[in-house]
Amino acid sequence: MNRALNGQRFSWQRLRAMMFKEFIQMRRDRLTFAMMVGIPMMQLILFGFAINSDPRNLPTAVFDRDHGPFGRALVAHMVASGYFRVVEEIQEDAQIEAGLALGRVQFVVSIPEGFSREVARGRRPELLIEADATDPAATSNALGTVSVLAWHALDRELRGPLAGLRSGPPPFELKMHRRYNQEGITQYNVVPGLMGVVLTMTMVIMTALAVTRERERGTMESLLVTPLRPIEVMLGKIFPYVVVGYIQMTLILVAARVIFGVPVVGNIGVLMVASVVFIMANLAVGFTFSTLARNQLQAMQMGFFYFLPNILLSGFMFPFRGMPEWAQRVGELLPLTHFLRIVRGVMLKGNGPEEILGEVGALGVFMLVVSVVALKRYRQTLD
Amino acid sequence: MSAAIEVQGLTKRFQGRTVVDHLSLTVPQGRILGFLGPNGSGKTTTIRMLCGLLTPDEGEGRCLGLDIRTQSHAIKRQIGYMTQRFSLYEDLSIRENLDFSARVHGLPERKARVEAAIERLGLTARRHQLAGELSGGWKQRLALAACLLHQPRLLLLDEPTAGVDPKARREFWEQIHAMAAEGLTVLVTTHYMDEAERCHAIAYIAQGKLLATGSVEEVIRGAGLTTFSVAPAHGGAETGLLARRLRGVPGIELVAPFGALLHVGGGDREALLAALEPFRREADFLWREDAPTLEDVFIQWMPAQSPGESRP
Repeated sequence: MNRALNGQRFSWQRLRAMMFKEFIQMRRDRLTFAMMVGIPMMQLILFGFAINSDPRNLPTAVFDRDHGPFGRALVAHMVASGYFRVVEEIQEDAQIEAGLALGRVQFVVSIPEGFSREVARGRRPELLIEADATDPAATSNALGTVSVLAWHALDRELRGPLAGLRSGPPPFELKMHRRYNQEGITQYNVVPGLMGVVLTMTMVIMTALAVTRERERGTMESLLVTPLRPIEVMLGKIFPYVVVGYIQMTLILVAARVIFGVPVVGNIGVLMVASVVFIMANLAVGFTFSTLARNQLQAMQMGFFYFLPNILLSGFMFPFRGMPEWAQRVGELLPLTHFLRIVRGVMLKGNGPEEILGEVGALGVFMLVVSVVALKRYRQTLD
Repeated sequence: MSAAIEVQGLTKRFQGRTVVDHLSLTVPQGRILGFLGPNGSGKTTTIRMLCGLLTPDEGEGRCLGLDIRTQSHAIKRQIGYMTQRFSLYEDLSIRENLDFSARVHGLPERKARVEAAIERLGLTARRHQLAGELSGGWKQRLALAACLLHQPRLLLLDEPTAGVDPKARREFWEQIHAMAAEGLTVLVTTHYMDEAERCHAIAYIAQGKLLATGSVEEVIRGAGLTTFSVAPAHGGAETGLLARRLRGVPGIELVAPFGALLHVGGGDREALLAALEPFRREADFLWREDAPTLEDVFIQWMPAQSPGESRP
């Protein structure tokens, strides 16, 4: 039989009919359309402006026990390099630990007593720079700069009889101490961080889908007409995923230890307790999305839209301090940012409850605000 | 005896469009009210307002003696609502679905009740089968069983028998009547005329307005319709052709084929007789005046309204 008559030949007309229908449906689904424009825009802004793999202006504390001219000159040169920004003058040893553990400063420069005198005598005194190296990417360039800078930093100060010290090795011995991650192993930073990323992705998308599915399948209406109250539906939907979240965390923790050899300095129990706030915060976000999305596709898209800034601005992929001020402010609003500080703090720095309290508090505020929005959005009535 | 449903002036608008327009309705306890009307006439919206899923823009009323605006939570405990779509969980088994309903209502002796419901359904052997695998008739039976578990006093059924075979429909109605005899009040929407005639009373709604209420006979009488059955007098006579000629003639409001017969009718008897005069003189057809059916009444009401437009 003739193929053309049989209608088996490729038909431009039918192809056009199909494409035309697709365009109509695309246009009808406003949210999908907005996402198709919004997601590239967001990527453009985040990748183009916010991300910087060569972080500068890193907060630095100076512990100057010498108060001599050479120490001050050296610090001035470090600041001039653009990598360091002195935010704190500390007076005692305990502050070094605190500044680094809380992540308030990235570096602590310790100038020993008699530094200037020893330099002048050509005895090459020790100068200690301690760095929070949990994220090797954030510190490596800065530390590299210091070792180069050390050779000539004091040239101008070494005058007259001291001019002879200009040539040869630096007039002091530079000691760099990479705290928390001595060998600068990237996995130590990435694997704990991954815990936060995995939790964000699954918790948000799972909850968003779970509720949207009820609506899409028409079971929501029956649910609404039962005596179930909104808070009961919300908690009942969320709780099973808290359990899933803990299973995921355990898996990653075991993998971090066994496969990647990530040290676990702090108390896992503390981490587990703190995580509940983070998990709940993400679930509340997912629940809010489910009240906005009309179908599961939209819920997925919203989840992705939320995931993108979380992964880029939280300090997971790129050093948090490398971002411009505005991006850091946005990052501070995201729960993943705070969770990363908690999980890295506990696992690598050995932080305890007191050190992570501030971050847990931030997560708690986020969770409360989003939960209120979710409950308000979830309507007991259909109107 | 108090009324199970008693609402006045119920109104609901969606984006400026009035979906339910000052609807007042009373259903005495233990009665079955058939809620009829074309698609999109506001039946589902009315039901949703009755059970507290939607807040009415205007109007007030009581369901089982409870205020529909302020006491919807208490109403929800005492009603069973079967939605238009099968709304149990397709990925849960028959037993799990019923068990969930029982738990949500906090029923005592849950397991026994669920087992009894499964037995009554005759699904004991299949209780672990997923609800999604059931046929249309069985889904409907299961959904009904689920909304009866907590022994509601009022049952709201939104097109419960759509897509269900005649045998299952008949059994369904027998069950409904048996329960009504025990005092359960039922409000049921349907498009089937035979089902409408099984109700104690019917209410007809169009464009959100209640056009008629009462027993089937009262509604038919109230419509004041005069109808004729037209049969072909010989093999060459075509009722189809006659129907085409009759349509649009002033005074004739109903032209509906019933097999080989044609139903012709109108609300104004004098005008109808005058309009039919020239046609009745033709020898090709036999004209016989008969009692209008409920369907005649509905069809006469329907063409004036198309969905989304208001009646002129």
